[in-house]
Amino acid sequence: MITTFPKGGIHPPEDKFSAGSPIRELPLPKTVTIPICQHLGAPSEPLVKKGDKVKTGQIIAKSSGFVSANIHSSVTGTVARIDKAMDSSGYRRDAIFINTEEDVWQEGIDTGSNLVKTIHSGREEIIQKTLEAGIVGLGGATFPSHIKLSVPKGKKVDVLIINGIECEPCLTSDHRLMLEKGEEIMIGIRLIMTALGVSRAVIGIENNKKDAISHLGSLARDYQGIEVQALRVKYPQGAEKQLIKAIINREVPSGKLPVEVGAVVHNVGTAFAVYEAIQKNKPLIERVVTVTGKDLARPSNLLVRIGTPVSELIEAAGGLPENTGKIVNGGPMMGKALNSLDVPVTKGTSGILVIPDKESFRKPVVNCIRCAKCVSICPMGLQPYLLRAASEYKKWDIVENEHAMDCMECGSCSYICPSGIPLLDYIKLGKATVSKIIRTRKQ
Amino acid sequence: MDKLITVSPPPHYYGDDTVKKLMYGVVYALLPALAVSVYFFGIGALIVTAVSIFSCLAFEYLIQKYMMKQEPSISDGSALLTGLLLAFNLPSNLPWWIIIIGALVAIGVGKMTFGGLGNNPFNPALVGRVFLFISFPVQMTSWPTPIASRLQYADAVTGPTPLGIVKEGLSAEATMPQLLEQIPGYMELLLGYMRGSMGEISALALIAGGIYMLARKIITWHIPASVILSVLVFTGILWLINPYDNADPLFHILSGGLLLGAIYMATDYVTSPMTPKGMWIFGTGIGVITVAIRVFGAYPEGVSFAILIMNAFVPLINKYVKIKGFGEEVKNG
Repeated sequence: MITTFPKGGIHPPEDKFSAGSPIRELPLPKTVTIPICQHLGAPSEPLVKKGDKVKTGQIIAKSSGFVSANIHSSVTGTVARIDKAMDSSGYRRDAIFINTEEDVWQEGIDTGSNLVKTIHSGREEIIQKTLEAGIVGLGGATFPSHIKLSVPKGKKVDVLIINGIECEPCLTSDHRLMLEKGEEIMIGIRLIMTALGVSRAVIGIENNKKDAISHLGSLARDYQGIEVQALRVKYPQGAEKQLIKAIINREVPSGKLPVEVGAVVHNVGTAFAVYEAIQKNKPLIERVVTVTGKDLARPSNLLVRIGTPVSELIEAAGGLPENTGKIVNGGPMMGKALNSLDVPVTKGTSGILVIPDKESFRKPVVNCIRCAKCVSICPMGLQPYLLRAASEYKKWDIVENEHAMDCMECGSCSYICPSGIPLLDYIKLGKATVSKIIRTRKQ
Repeated sequence: MDKLITVSPPPHYYGDDTVKKLMYGVVYALLPALAVSVYFFGIGALIVTAVSIFSCLAFEYLIQKYMMKQEPSISDGSALLTGLLLAFNLPSNLPWWIIIIGALVAIGVGKMTFGGLGNNPFNPALVGRVFLFISFPVQMTSWPTPIASRLQYADAVTGPTPLGIVKEGLSAEATMPQLLEQIPGYMELLLGYMRGSMGEISALALIAGGIYMLARKIITWHIPASVILSVLVFTGILWLINPYDNADPLFHILSGGLLLGAIYMATDYVTSPMTPKGMWIFGTGIGVITVAIRVFGAYPEGVSFAILIMNAFVPLINKYVKIKGFGEEVKNG
């Protein structure tokens, strides 16, 4: 049976221009810029200094806390400097600049393409190696994965959910990965299942990727406990809580984590990275990035080393079209607009979207006509029109009581609003202020 | 890079809906009913519609430009829709100067005093209509006979509406079976061969427009369904208790302005609740008040009063009737 989440949701244009293009390896960039904060949590501590020689896969920055992640060099060369660099958030943050010389991998890494099927590692080893390899959630949230591999004390997890939704329109990197690295993903899922100690895993894939559903479905016959669930296309199905609701019909309570209902969610890309880390001893130094756009000559899916400037990806996709108006890191619903092409690819970069001039502006704003469309499409059951008004008039208590903190910023309300009101902007303002208020209250 | 690019927070895709498209969508949905009205009432329907729309647009433009000092936004279709709906709620022989007064009240008092589009608590077209109904009771209750008065405007042949016949008859101690011969049959009620406000007559045309709006997701089904259902239940109970003194539920639904009100006036975005549950309360309130006025009140028809009364409750409904959030009340397993 094809299922979906019941509350709200929208159907933006899918625009999967690059769905048919196989993953290509991007040539080594001349320099890489590797930010020391590419994940949710504390920035990592650099272990190298200017002039140091580094090898591909060598650790160059160490995890600096419980929620943090290791970072490895993605090329072989010399550290040019450690300096501020613009990242996709638009802020200048510390990054390690490396001049590429060659591509010599760190000892012990298996760079061959042979499939390693047999699993020798136990629970502790899988979690430890995931931590060492610097793996973070590759769907875009970039939450350090090793934390989500161990079940917190007192909680019980009975099902692993694998996100093969491809969270946003336009993006196809997960789709291509499922088609081309299906077997590796399966082994990765087994590894995650071993770490969590669960016997059941469900891969959720939307019905617009029938080839991936049938491919992984046929592979799943050889992997006991792994099943594939086809889902009706609806945004934001890639959101953790919506995905859990759609697949196993459990509702994660407001303000709680999925583990509360016995589920853990990992992305297919993360499953692949876990496979590489454990079976091949390979840290996370490259990822698949979709480079796409209506007027791009060659919409592509590229295997890119972390730290490669966005400009090189766009060159590989046929160069920047004349009419470009906006360049987005991520998908069209939640991606961040870039203000420079020098911004590097990081662990969380799932796509680069090039939007033409005339589609890069917002609609003119007119009065709210109270059509209630934002209320009916909000997947979290919030009332965006009310949150907007409350934020605008600084009624922070209303913002908090109306559950603004449950908002996951999927952008559906701004998308649907016929009056062109930037509802999400106001809600983000409300959320930021309310979380500040909550923090001061706790002190 | 030698080119400036746009940087803005997400989302970067936007839906196709605009206020203008939604407003014109309702206007398109009203066209079949307008065509039926022109067929039955001829020249009168055309004159009333033209005067109403033109004066609503003109008042909106003048007020925005010279009193509110704003950029006039008459192209958004909302004043056009108010004009059309006001015309639909008037008899087709209403003198033109009364229509202009109605338009001034609808746009000026009903909409612009509150700040224009989106801010008015009451449906502007109904504010205009009720103002005229109270101020010009004679002109507002003279109903041209369909087909017979196609070529007359001011001097049209007139008579009572089906609801008027029932009200008069029942208060003169007649019984429903005796009145049945004087009122139109179901087929005529469906097609619109009866006296009444120019836009309310054809149930079929109004329902067709309603289906179009549902298909285009301009409205949701909650308000029309709750209004119709509550009228059905309320009049059904009365009819079952005493079929001699009460008209049957189907007659109540097909006659008067009930369908026009339920599908087009009560569903006005600005003046209706924001949540499905709120819409049910709102719609049920309209149905109950309508029947109460029709059966127990002094007027034969009460849809416009019922909608205005419930409009007043909308802020209260929005405040207390909330939608259940995701993960707010969890029943798992």
